[in-house]
Amino acid sequence: MVVSNQKHIEVSNFWKIFTHDQEKIDVGSPEEIKRVEKDDSKVIAVRDVSFEVNRTEVFVIMGLSGSGKSTLVRCLLRLVEPTQGKAIMDGTDVTSLDKKELISFRREKIAMVFQHYGLFPHRTVIENAAFGLKIRGESKENRRKKATEVLETVGLAGWEDYYPAELSGGMRQRVGIARALSNDPPILLMDEPTSGLDPLIRRELQEELLHLQEKMEKTTVYITHDLDEALRLGDRLAVMKAGRFVQSGTPKEVLQNPADDYVARFVKDKQEQLKEAEVI
Amino acid sequence: MPPESLELHIDYLISQFVDWLTVNYAGVFEQISDIIITLLLSVRHVFLIIPWWLLIAIIGIVGWLLTRRVTTTVTLVTLSFVIVFFGMWRPAIDTLSLVLTSVIIAIGLGIPVGVLMAEFDVINTVVTPILDMMQTLPGFVYLIPAIMLFGLGKVPATIATLIYSTPPVVRFTNIGLRQVSSEIMESATAFGTTRFQLLKEIRLPLAATSILGGINQTIMMALAMTVIASMIGAGGLGKHVLVAINRLKVGAGFEAGFSIVCLAIVIDRLSSGIAEHWRPPES
Ligand SMILES: Nc1ncnc2c1ncn2[C@@H]1O[C@H](COP(=O)(O)OP(=O)(O)O)[C@@H](O)[C@H]1O
Ligand SMILES: [Mg+2]
Repeated sequence: MVVSNQKHIEVSNFWKIFTHDQEKIDVGSPEEIKRVEKDDSKVIAVRDVSFEVNRTEVFVIMGLSGSGKSTLVRCLLRLVEPTQGKAIMDGTDVTSLDKKELISFRREKIAMVFQHYGLFPHRTVIENAAFGLKIRGESKENRRKKATEVLETVGLAGWEDYYPAELSGGMRQRVGIARALSNDPPILLMDEPTSGLDPLIRRELQEELLHLQEKMEKTTVYITHDLDEALRLGDRLAVMKAGRFVQSGTPKEVLQNPADDYVARFVKDKQEQLKEAEVI
Repeated sequence: MPPESLELHIDYLISQFVDWLTVNYAGVFEQISDIIITLLLSVRHVFLIIPWWLLIAIIGIVGWLLTRRVTTTVTLVTLSFVIVFFGMWRPAIDTLSLVLTSVIIAIGLGIPVGVLMAEFDVINTVVTPILDMMQTLPGFVYLIPAIMLFGLGKVPATIATLIYSTPPVVRFTNIGLRQVSSEIMESATAFGTTRFQLLKEIRLPLAATSILGGINQTIMMALAMTVIASMIGAGGLGKHVLVAINRLKVGAGFEAGFSIVCLAIVIDRLSSGIAEHWRPPES
């Protein structure tokens, strides 16, 4: 079933401009974009972004806070409506789906892990993990079976009947991951899943994610602002700045030839570490 | 004094309109009456089947289960006994039945309206000023439309109580649903919830505490209003106060009035206890 180098996600010329009045903006006209840039009530969060992700690949998007990473992934799920652009994921043109189709796309094809977990406080760990299954109407036994399995995979066996409030941050994010995996979607979106965690726990969760990826082979779009994490997890990475992709490529390419100062500052420490390692 | 020649009366127009309404829509009013009477009698029937001592025991046990505090439990039982000692048990049950009847209807109408307000901003914009006005007006005012359409008795009393006490449950349902964090709603949406699933699985359970708080306020306002509505035939404890006032019987008035206070405290402790203890059902 796994065909490498097959394009699984194709995003082309994506734009998101936040406006207060839902005004339609023609991104094709440079004058109009100039006008929007001057207007303080409008924010260009994503600006003409295109990328492709192959099947089972982990594509990392890196950038400082406010560079538009979250907005971009939310647009892929249409939690935020993109202003313009096209996104074909698992053979579906997401941008052209109607309401009903969008709902079944979200149920079957894709799942997201959130920076602030987004768990449901009134539901137990297992109910959280089984949420997607319940929403798409699977039977109670099925839900229980799959959620139990997934919770075990992420190391939460025995915690099924606790409430999220009773867990540590790292464990909560494991619930978030379990909730995404229990749907068994071909595509995963992860928006800074480890950035709210202590360094040690973060490290542990990264190991876990690497391990899971080896086993499950999901096509993944992974957001982070941490270069270390990007290098550990990513097959390819893109650096985002003020809504644009300023560089993309394999980690090695980006480290060796940073496209501009912004990227260079990002990778500077890492380059020095690598040099030191070579000297030794 | 303004000259009498400036007076411009519309009372006969109003009377004509009400006559027209009651003649042409007699069926509708009759049906509303029937529903209310049936509900009222059933509620009262339940309270009258239960022996008074058993009801007090239930109040004590529920109070204990909710608060786990001896003082609260003892207070609730003592206050109930005060009503018995003053010979006000039967009127207290009448009052309680009327309160519960109007509260049941208020919840049945109020929660759906609150949900609609939370779901549709247009409805929110239209209904909010109406609720504001309903809560600004003194309860007294609601007696007039109630008697105009339903005459005197328990039915108009219930309707006046209903109108006066519905706003809190509507308001708190709306607020509770709107307060659910956008992060939680977003993650639910990401898993493909329909609007209805989002409401049922996420928003309503998370708003439950707020809604129960609103119900508690609705109950307390209904109790206050049934006392006022004794002027149009609500009966119960209010009637005993009213009679005592008319006959200048201060002592009797005190007994009836103090029984109202006892009833109010008991109902408030129990219903707010339920609101505080609420844990959303696990599915
Ligand atoms: N709902 C919104 N309305 C208006 N502006 C927004 C909204 N969400 C995000 N933005 C703006 O878009 C830009 C990108 O934000 P975001 O995608 O959250 O960045 P990141 O995830 O990289 O930190 C920021 O300038 C932010 O203020
Ligand atoms: Mg972000």
